Amino acid sequence: MKLTGAEILCEVLTRLGVREIFGYPGGAILPVYDALGKSKLHHILVRHEQGATHMADGYARASGGIGVAMATSGPGATNMVTGIATAMLDSSPVVCITGQVSSKVLGSDAFQEIDITGITMPITKHNVVVTRAEDVARTVREAFVIAKSGRPGPVLVDITKDAQQASAEFDWDACRPKLPPKRVRKNHDQAEFDRAVELLNTAKRPLVLAGHGITVSGAIGAFEQFIRAGNYPVAMTLLGIGCFPAKDPLNLGMMGMHGEAWVNHAIQEADLLIAVGMRFDDRVTGDLRTYARNARKIHIEIDRAEINKNVKVDVALVGDAREVLEHLTPHIETRDHSAWIGHINEIKGDSAVRDIQSLPDTGHLYAAHVINDLWKETHGEAIVVTDVGQHQMWEAQYYHHNRPRTLITSGGLGTMGFALPAGIGAKFAKPDSEVWVVVGDGGFQMTMSELATIVQEKVNLKIAIINNGYLGMVRQWQEFFYDKRYVATPLVAPDFAALANAFGIRAERITTRAEVAPGIRTAREAAETVLLDFRVEQEDSVYPMVPAGASLNDMIRRPHSPLVETASDV
Amino acid sequence: MQTLVAYVENKPGVLNRVSSLARRLAINIDSLTVGPTENEEIARMTIVAHTDERGAHRLEASLEKLVDVLLAENISSRAVLERDLALIKVAADQQNRPHLMELIKVFRARVVDVAPESLIIEVSGTVDKIDGLLEVLRPFGVLEMARTGRIAMTRGGDLLQPPLPDAESSTFEPAGSNAK
Ligand SMILES: Cc1cc2nc3c(=O)[nH]c(=O)nc-3n(C[C@H](O)[C@H](O)[C@H](O)COP(=O)(O)OP(=O)(O)OC[C@H]3O[C@@H](n4cnc5c(N)ncnc54)[C@H](O)[C@@H]3O)c2cc1C
Ligand SMILES: Cc1ncc(C[n+]2csc(CCOP(=O)(O)OP(=O)(O)O)c2C)c(N)n1
Ligand SMILES: [Mg+2]
Repeated sequence: MKLTGAEILCEVLTRLGVREIFGYPGGAILPVYDALGKSKLHHILVRHEQGATHMADGYARASGGIGVAMATSGPGATNMVTGIATAMLDSSPVVCITGQVSSKVLGSDAFQEIDITGITMPITKHNVVVTRAEDVARTVREAFVIAKSGRPGPVLVDITKDAQQASAEFDWDACRPKLPPKRVRKNHDQAEFDRAVELLNTAKRPLVLAGHGITVSGAIGAFEQFIRAGNYPVAMTLLGIGCFPAKDPLNLGMMGMHGEAWVNHAIQEADLLIAVGMRFDDRVTGDLRTYARNARKIHIEIDRAEINKNVKVDVALVGDAREVLEHLTPHIETRDHSAWIGHINEIKGDSAVRDIQSLPDTGHLYAAHVINDLWKETHGEAIVVTDVGQHQMWEAQYYHHNRPRTLITSGGLGTMGFALPAGIGAKFAKPDSEVWVVVGDGGFQMTMSELATIVQEKVNLKIAIINNGYLGMVRQWQEFFYDKRYVATPLVAPDFAALANAFGIRAERITTRAEVAPGIRTAREAAETVLLDFRVEQEDSVYPMVPAGASLNDMIRRPHSPLVETASDV
Repeated sequence: MQTLVAYVENKPGVLNRVSSLARRLAINIDSLTVGPTENEEIARMTIVAHTDERGAHRLEASLEKLVDVLLAENISSRAVLERDLALIKVAADQQNRPHLMELIKVFRARVVDVAPESLIIEVSGTVDKIDGLLEVLRPFGVLEMARTGRIAMTRGGDLLQPPLPDAESSTFEPAGSNAK
């Protein structure tokens, strides 16, 4: 069958199971758009190509599949850079397709020519330029394999306009991925495995550090069996949240910079850390010199490059988390850790009682109230997509996720502007799920143009703006470390409700605690997008906080002030 | 200093990917050589990097994550044969020429070009040997120099060969069961 490169692209994407493409057209990709119009693929017109990449990312994270974003050459492609980097740092499988000027003028600074593969080399797992129609099919199939294999990541395929226009023979069976042969490394030897088993069976104070890799690996079941076998307490990274139910008594909560105090203390006291699918980010470890000095460390990780990168470990089990855990679990013999768990519960004291609803209403509306009510009203079952900042940390602390892929957030790059577009992508991936976007007044203003996308596509999303009038997280740093000199953090915003209305979106402003739950309820009942503008306390801070570079147990705790009663962090 | 050997796809852009990676990892490359192998589709690189064992491990593992890198191996702690080649143009007049020739002999170098005012000396060997020759040539006046950078090979039966094309790769297996 003879097809144009553009038609081949659409055919291959369809056969790969793609239903939605998030994109924005332009000259160098027009042949593809023409073919798209004749295909069954659903193209979602975004308002900015950064939005397209975040949507594809949100789609990938919510579905466990691959998200696809598309843009034209030059400015279309460069607008994707932030979204690609976001996906890269959080190991999210996104395939970006960009148009490129014709191969005949490549290298001549032609109109809207930009070396996008050069620009994205350090922020993609792989990228490639296609200059011939006959290479389109195989290259795109390879891109899908690469994006999803091993440690996932974004792949960019740059297709010249002449390759889109030219015709070539299309035969699905003849265009199988043909990737370079790789050395097959033995993951770990028996001695290493035996050593891990020995450490597991002799530890007195073991603690499991659960990361994003567990979800990526599809190891949810294997992980739970492992935890049950050893009766291990579990701490979560931000991106690990959801891989083990928050309601399980063994789940201690989040670790790290804004993690729970008892978790960080437990890490410092543990005699064995079992890190699974997490990469010891500096937000997680604090000062490396004082990090978990009493603990032996086992690292279960698919990427060899992560072993001993930040934290030197005693045993590295390199491989897919599910496979490694399935091998390990039958060897676990010791499971009585009641003394240790009792000890952690002691450190926890009553600070675990984070039910802020029971605190008296002082007339102040705190972000934590909003998140806590959101959790209650949605029975902890919603997919929550957050932006970056204080509200992101409060979400992690106060929304208790029991299922994987229900918290979607930019962790590694910390990209403001992520939430709204990623939420749209998540909703396309999970049309039957309730999707909430939790976003700050700063980050919302970065990508709020995607409200128009919501309207055009009739997306049913729920948007909660945690509006504190500040770039809150930065203001907090200025409060703690720069003597409250609030330079460039007070933030003027439009009336978000009126703005939403202008887009044709229902909206409500909420200023008191009593209005929170009813507001959420009304939003949930609506069969369309609703935006809630929560006017919260302006100068509240996220506690506890490990200052950057400080030891993990060196936390700034919530001062005892009548103003700040969001939680009794002891 | 750490020495790595890599087999890569012999196609445009691969060198760029490798150097871009080292830069991203904040690892300084001291020398990087690329050349063909018996198989025209595969090139061999020798990378000498300013880093410690931990950095070399990271570089090695990160290199192997590149789609176009078939294999990367840190050979620093193994028995290795290492060679560098230099062409050195040195000032030479009638008077000091005999003295120069003596030195060249001692270093087992060769004169490959003779001109009234200069000689070009070709020397190969370890970096130390070439540096040593340079040291003694400097007083004569080194006018120009070109060096290839190091190539390295493990000795004896310690073979480092590229993986065969039919070897199924484990690297491209989708993680988990949730592959779409
Ligand atoms: C404002 C802000 C504050 C933050 N504060 C905190 C905080 O207090 N606490 C916190 O935890 N984080 C915090 N973060 C997030 C932090 O920066 C990191 O993004 C996060 O800790 C990374 O979690 P991770 O290592 O689990 O996930 P990733 O960074 O996604 O790493 C996943 C790891 O799993 C591995 N992996 C992938 N697939 C598999 C597989 N199949 N099998 C085995 N392994 C696999 C990968 O190779 C990788 O090493 C914060 C971020 C922001 C923006
Ligand atoms: C694109 C981008 N620019 C700057 C930052 C630095 N930054 C991190 S958090 C933050 C403040 C976010 O403010 P807001 O969206 O209002 O959320 P809040 O912290 O108030 O909840 C800033 C500026 C960032 N993470 N991303
Ligand atoms: Mg704010």
